[in-house]
Amino acid sequence: MIEPDWVWGFVGGLMIGAAASLYLLVNGRIMGASGIVGDLVDGSGRATAPERLAFLVGLIAVPPLMVPLTHVVDTHITDKLWVIIAAGLLVGVGTRLANGCTSGHGVCGIARLSPRGIAATALYLLAGGLVMFLARHLGGMI
Amino acid sequence: MQRLIMAALAGGLFGAGLLVSNMVDTVKVQGWLDVFGDWDPTLAFVLGGAILPMALAWRLAERRKVAALGTPIPARHDPRLDPALVIGSLLFGAGWALAGFCPGPALASLTFGGWGGLVFVAAMLAGMIATPALRARFAPAHP
Repeated sequence: MIEPDWVWGFVGGLMIGAAASLYLLVNGRIMGASGIVGDLVDGSGRATAPERLAFLVGLIAVPPLMVPLTHVVDTHITDKLWVIIAAGLLVGVGTRLANGCTSGHGVCGIARLSPRGIAATALYLLAGGLVMFLARHLGGMI
Repeated sequence: MQRLIMAALAGGLFGAGLLVSNMVDTVKVQGWLDVFGDWDPTLAFVLGGAILPMALAWRLAERRKVAALGTPIPARHDPRLDPALVIGSLLFGAGWALAGFCPGPALASLTFGGWGGLVFVAAMLAGMIATPALRARFAPAHP
């Protein structure tokens, strides 16, 4: 059975792909969230800072305008402070070392059949599944 | 100016897509990674839906070589894997599982995600700022 969540997931996915296509075909940039924000905060993307900031303004300002139209108002993030901090640090360091995250390596990299994008995606899925198993089913932490 | 407006539009459409697909809900993302529990395949539909138009965009982009606003289409990376890519992806996957957030959804939900979302983004940015110093340990540096 097809569930409504999967259909909405696919529709939202098409929108994400359209956004990445727009950013590539018009601006000539790869839409990777970690790269756009990371090069900004570590100073390496100073030359293209206005474009990065404009992207981030759209990314941060548009979703709250849409919240009333959808059922989502809660991210359900854990209230365990140490988990949030550890996860944020791992995501920050990991995506910058790897030069990409779910959008850059996952969406843009796989769509280009980039070996690095495909390998990175396989590795973070593998680590994600493993840590989920260890932390939830063995450790009872999350 | 055109470039900034288009960047904001792309960012806005990305954020809207993350909301429509419900990828800002950490339970959905953790459900996708919870292969040995109550597995939720939604993320596969999101990724599939995003890759389809982007694959077409790449074909077009690589034929035209230059984007509409004059920027050259980014060249392909050296396809070889390096330790930084491997280690970084593994660390990222671990953090992704722990909180159910990756960078895009964490930023998209910043205004309505409560203190937990703010702390996550602050920690993520701190990790990003610290990385150039860490990266030297995993040299050779990759552009």
